[in-house]
Amino acid sequence: MKANDPQIDDQGRLRHFLTISGLNQQLLTEILDTAESFAGVTEQTVKKVPLLRGKTIVNLFFEASTRTRTTFELAAKRLSADVLNINITQSSAAKGETLLDTLRNIEAMHVDMFIVRHADSGAAHFIASNVAPHTSVINAGDGRHSHPTQAMLDMFTIRRTKGPDFGRLRVAIVGDVMHSRVARSQIHALNVLNTGEVRIVAPKTLIPAYAESLGTRIFHDLRTGIQDADVIIMLRLQHERMKGALLPSEHEYYELFGLTEKKLASANPDAIVMHPGPINRGVEMDSEVADGPRSVILQQVSHGIAVRMAIMSMAMRSQQDGGE
Amino acid sequence: MAAATRKQLNIHIHGGRVIDPANELDAVTDVYIEKGKIIALGNAPDGFSAEVEINAIGNVVCPGLVDLAARAREPGAEHKATIASETRAAASGGITTLCCPPDTDPVIDTPAVAELIRLRAADAGKAHIVTLGALTRGLNGEHLSEMAALRKAGCVGVSNVQRPMTNALVLRRALEYAATFDLTVFLHANDHWLANEGCAHEGRVATRNGLPGIPAAAETAAVAHLLALIEQIGVRAHFCRLTTGRAARMIARARFDGVPVTADVAIPYLYLTENDVSDFDSQCHVIPPLRRVEDRQQLRAALQNGTIQAICSDHQPHEPDAKMGPFPSTEPGISGLDTLLPLSLRLVDEKILELPELIRRLTVEPAKILGLPCGTLSIGSAADICVFDPEQTWLLDAKTLCSRGHNTPFSGWEMQGRVTHTLLDGRRVHTLGT
Repeated sequence: MKANDPQIDDQGRLRHFLTISGLNQQLLTEILDTAESFAGVTEQTVKKVPLLRGKTIVNLFFEASTRTRTTFELAAKRLSADVLNINITQSSAAKGETLLDTLRNIEAMHVDMFIVRHADSGAAHFIASNVAPHTSVINAGDGRHSHPTQAMLDMFTIRRTKGPDFGRLRVAIVGDVMHSRVARSQIHALNVLNTGEVRIVAPKTLIPAYAESLGTRIFHDLRTGIQDADVIIMLRLQHERMKGALLPSEHEYYELFGLTEKKLASANPDAIVMHPGPINRGVEMDSEVADGPRSVILQQVSHGIAVRMAIMSMAMRSQQDGGE
Repeated sequence: MAAATRKQLNIHIHGGRVIDPANELDAVTDVYIEKGKIIALGNAPDGFSAEVEINAIGNVVCPGLVDLAARAREPGAEHKATIASETRAAASGGITTLCCPPDTDPVIDTPAVAELIRLRAADAGKAHIVTLGALTRGLNGEHLSEMAALRKAGCVGVSNVQRPMTNALVLRRALEYAATFDLTVFLHANDHWLANEGCAHEGRVATRNGLPGIPAAAETAAVAHLLALIEQIGVRAHFCRLTTGRAARMIARARFDGVPVTADVAIPYLYLTENDVSDFDSQCHVIPPLRRVEDRQQLRAALQNGTIQAICSDHQPHEPDAKMGPFPSTEPGISGLDTLLPLSLRLVDEKILELPELIRRLTVEPAKILGLPCGTLSIGSAADICVFDPEQTWLLDAKTLCSRGHNTPFSGWEMQGRVTHTLLDGRRVHTLGT
């Protein structure tokens, strides 16, 4: 790991969680193992552990979100923390108040951890470099850059269904990689975990420049792209991308890149199908696939809670020890 | 303004290495100044008696630097900087002439704004400011500006800076109209649509960091498009702030074919690359963006072979808040007046240019592009002079920049070369340590 990585404390432990890039396999595995222990908690009748009792966690969302914000909130509550939700959409942002001012104001309430989502790439790094020394920052999505907790819950889901050896897996990520922070984080995580092959499948308009430098093989045809794949991750296609210069139409996208039972036949027979949600049925995939036996989409959502509990408790551990 | 600095005294600069590329001069000799003009080199003219002696032994004496692009932020953004603050910074950096682009607020599209800037600069008295007029009214890319009036008001050229032209026909008409009045057009090769509101070079780093990218083709496509029109119209054109090696090669080719275009590079692009935005450092947020390592090498080569004639600071001072935010939301630009000379001197150390050639690219070459008679120590010319100690090393600290804008990615870099005296029309506008 990089010596001056802001997300790692001087003992090599997680202090912030901003991006997968720069983290090592040992740390990712620790997150997955810790999540495994919390998965038990979420299945009990009393779903709480007292690890973060007395801690204040703020969900600071500058972009709308339901799923991510809710699972973070639930994860924090199951760790017995106090949770505050603050939604600051662009339109309602206090006139003239800078991000830094917003942050300082909330910080004055003695916050222990910020969960942040922001439309700008690099926002989580910026916030992490400007918070008080004993405050942790968890990135819940920044621009097109990173969504590391989503990637970790996806890794958790893959490990639970496919076992711990990522080296024998072929993983295909299908769709709008260009605009996707989820895809970037997944690609990093899969490569850190030494996945056998990471593929991306999309038309050229949705693949960023030098995408192969992220450690991927690029395909423009869905059937060959998912051939013999063990894991197929479908990305969400934002509505505004479907018209105009990126794609001609929803219809043609579905024809070429929409996942159907028929196209799925070229993947491994036991391949799983994932999607970070929310799904556009009939665009990214058929309902038959989304609700079918290979879909693990709902498991992903419930795993999100355990994985976020793991990451929050690990980041807080570094902070507590550091404060002694 | 203290009378002492206003006054044009008889000055004798002795013992310095005098470098005047316009006259192919590089010798240890003396310079004599009277009534704001250089009256002799070598031996004192008969009856000359110096009121001021400047000891330049061990120092270089050269024409004051001419900076092709410096924003003084006045009028319109005085919370960032003012003409008074930035001309003072220019003087401390050995720069005696600044060229101010038209994207002030209001835009320099009327003689009144050009006049205001001229008067403010004259009042501050620390450096000459010349202006570029807007190519289109309000830089809207649609209606031609009153170029004849702007020229009369002293604008040395016209430019639409980085703002897009509505279409190729308007661009053609604007170039033709500028050519009518023998105005040089200063062109920023940037295809607005291809740039697509990006904030970093479309390459490996932007892909990894999820930063909206500006492809190299935004520059090269614009260069090709512009060259086609320039060649047909025969307008005198200058390409501002090249960032890609390919664009430089296209311009080299056009020059070889006899198209009389010139080009400049801003000094940060000779040192920084896309890799410097890996950690989202907003101080490295510049438009056009920092390109690949290969581009930096190719720009240096283009400077070396003369495809690029001039080096400028592309000075863009900002208040601290402008750089405090997530990378894409911060304002682009680097405060560059303080570092223009010391960063340029590194090119000598790195064997890109010999010292006299470097000074040529900072003085007489930009002066020629602007159509100004300055940038030389010829007898009879205005005594705009920079004296610097080429050996002195110092650590750059952003907080101590003379410019009001402390936004620099070079904080902590070791700088070599320090300006000891700057003369403007024979007046001392900067003396180190005072």
